[in-house]
Amino acid sequence: MNGYLHLWLIPLLPFAGFLINGILGRRLPKWIVTTVALMAPLGSFLLVLLNALLAFTPKEFRYWNGPGPLPLMLSTIPWVETFGNWINTGILHVNFSFVLDQLSLVMLLVITGVGFLIHIYSVGYMSNDEGYARYFSYLNLFLFFMTVLVLAGNALLMFVGWEGVGLASYLLIGFYFEKKSAADAGKKAFIVNRIGDFGFLIGMFLLVSNFGTLTFSEIATKLGQDPGWNGGVVTVIALCLMLGAAGKSAQLPLYIWLPDAMEGPTPVSALIHAATMVTAGVYMVARTHVLFDHSPFALGVVAIVGAATAIFAATIALVQNDIKRVLAYSTISQLGYMFLACGVAAYSAAIFHLVTHAFFKALLFLAAGSVIHGMGGEQDLRKMGGLWKKLPVTFAVTTVGVLAIAGIYPFAGFFSKDAILYAVFLQETNGKILYSVGLLTALLTSFYMFRLWYLAFMGESRSPEVHPHESPWSMRGPLVILALLSICGGWIGIECFGAFLAPSVGSRFAEAGGWHIQIPYLPFAISLEFMLSVAAVLVALEGGLLADKFYRRKPSRPAQWAAALPTSYKLLVNKYFVDEVYGAIVVKPLLGISKFFLEWVVDVGILGGVAWLLAGIATFAGAILQRWQSGNIRSYAAWLAAGAAVVLMFILIPWTTFWPASMALIWKAVRH
Amino acid sequence: MSPFFSQEVPLSWYLLLSAALFSLGVAGFLIKRNLITVFMSIELMLNGVNLSFVTFAHQWHAVKGQIFVFFVMMVAAAEAAVGLAIIIAVFRARATLAVDRIDLMKL
Repeated sequence: MNGYLHLWLIPLLPFAGFLINGILGRRLPKWIVTTVALMAPLGSFLLVLLNALLAFTPKEFRYWNGPGPLPLMLSTIPWVETFGNWINTGILHVNFSFVLDQLSLVMLLVITGVGFLIHIYSVGYMSNDEGYARYFSYLNLFLFFMTVLVLAGNALLMFVGWEGVGLASYLLIGFYFEKKSAADAGKKAFIVNRIGDFGFLIGMFLLVSNFGTLTFSEIATKLGQDPGWNGGVVTVIALCLMLGAAGKSAQLPLYIWLPDAMEGPTPVSALIHAATMVTAGVYMVARTHVLFDHSPFALGVVAIVGAATAIFAATIALVQNDIKRVLAYSTISQLGYMFLACGVAAYSAAIFHLVTHAFFKALLFLAAGSVIHGMGGEQDLRKMGGLWKKLPVTFAVTTVGVLAIAGIYPFAGFFSKDAILYAVFLQETNGKILYSVGLLTALLTSFYMFRLWYLAFMGESRSPEVHPHESPWSMRGPLVILALLSICGGWIGIECFGAFLAPSVGSRFAEAGGWHIQIPYLPFAISLEFMLSVAAVLVALEGGLLADKFYRRKPSRPAQWAAALPTSYKLLVNKYFVDEVYGAIVVKPLLGISKFFLEWVVDVGILGGVAWLLAGIATFAGAILQRWQSGNIRSYAAWLAAGAAVVLMFILIPWTTFWPASMALIWKAVRH
Repeated sequence: MSPFFSQEVPLSWYLLLSAALFSLGVAGFLIKRNLITVFMSIELMLNGVNLSFVTFAHQWHAVKGQIFVFFVMMVAAAEAAVGLAIIIAVFRARATLAVDRIDLMKL
């Protein structure tokens, strides 16, 4: 221990909540469960907030009389705390060490802050659920692993959190495990994530064999010392890590689990599958950015995967009718944006978008939860409509969320998306193409979000028999706070945010900027950034107008278009048949092999055969030995006496002399 | 003391007597059908063992053997009390003392 911050408390508080609610939850009264469940993330959040404030407090305002250096200042960041040895072998040393730097500070604030809000919301949302305590124990478990993931100072400890959040995600997706679709969705998420984890593991093995360490700072130092590290093995490592990140962050081709993950309770979708866990991949790329910086090829792959995912998921979202599925595909698309930003080495822009996305996507999901709650479990957009009168608060916050994700000035999404698009535009190799893809995705995003907005809240109610009711304050409160964050979250601006993050993830934005373009006949030069911003806002407005045309002014048009373009429409409604293709080329052959080879040959043939053989031997031996157990007490006594006689014989007869002599006699008799 | 009496009985005689008593006990235990006789055979075995204990105690001037004998007799007395009580209970319940017919526990 070399610090006074006690970083271990941040993950351990939710873990304590998990243990209390997980073990005793069923027997405790509900208010204790609620208190425990809320105190754990609140405590963590306050600790993180304290650390953040501490970091920003100038030296002269501190009262510090303790020994050692001043705890946590911007100058002492990254702040490392080590709690002991984990692995200590000749080639590999891994510690239980937590690192608090700008990156993990930002992530922790988002995770514990948004996490706490969603815990409050869940109190209202889950209040009538049988598994109330179980739900909160899983949610706390998730926060524990997520904070471990973010604080981890080396890849192995990060992997612990990485797997742990996967576990929590699995448990929460399959929360309604009586429903087959929910249980299947949980398994799907777990299995698809295994593929990504395989990449992460291989990446770690390669790190150990090439760098001899898993500690992020040491890897960065070693890479910095030797300029020879470029491409080659670094590319392979980066691509392996990228595979892991793509699994966790639902990128092509491993995104298929996220839409199905919507089977879980809606607050879970908001916390795990929108705001925090799925951004772990982006965080991991940012954390290991030195590796990517040394491999332009890997960076290019990240950018292309991100851009492809962004537009791919956005097109699917255009035609989905389940309110949560629209948001799920939108999440995949926005994660694609973050990867795109990482791919052009604009990590601070990626993290910026991660933060604002956490605000507005959590908001949108929670608002969707409020709608579903109010509609009595209805998730189909076609059966909603006219909800703005019935659910005024939900309507207001959803509007904020939609404006934010569409990227309308001055909402949070505008600033972060603009930062990403700007950074992508500046990339030399194929920045312009990626930029166009990003811009098109922005158009689609705006369109499908306004579509959701029109279908759910505008027009007349399409199921008049349902009488929606506004949610309780425990649900509206977090919505309002998140709405405020979705408005103001971006005002800090990428310059300031990027400068803050620069020590952790590099300073892309310190160098960039200052591009000005002289347009003819205009008396002043316009900065490139400004022009791109205007373009982005115009595109967002255009998306909104299109949605207005389609879903308010001419409601017959979507059906017309669907009829006019049957192939494309079918392709989109069926999500490009990706699940079916995977089913045909991966799942079916695997099932076939399992059925015929593993089940019939290995299981029934070899394992079953051995088991039957052993059982047969035992039965046969038993049938013979059974005769001894006659039940006749005198025969037992006779055996006892005979046994005693034999023992006596062994003791009394001098075998050492008698035995060789008799053997010699026998031998003689045999020979003659 | 006449020379006849001054001569000690050899050790092996006692041991042979002890072994004979024990073997008779074993044989009685195995052969007899009456529960009381079986019980008496057990007492016979115990006393055969007691005899060899006393013999060796006398031979080697060690008091431990005598003490063992006391223990054995004590346990035998207790066992006789319990055993006879059981026998009476069995007789009351089954109206027989034939060992082979008291086989309720047999499969």
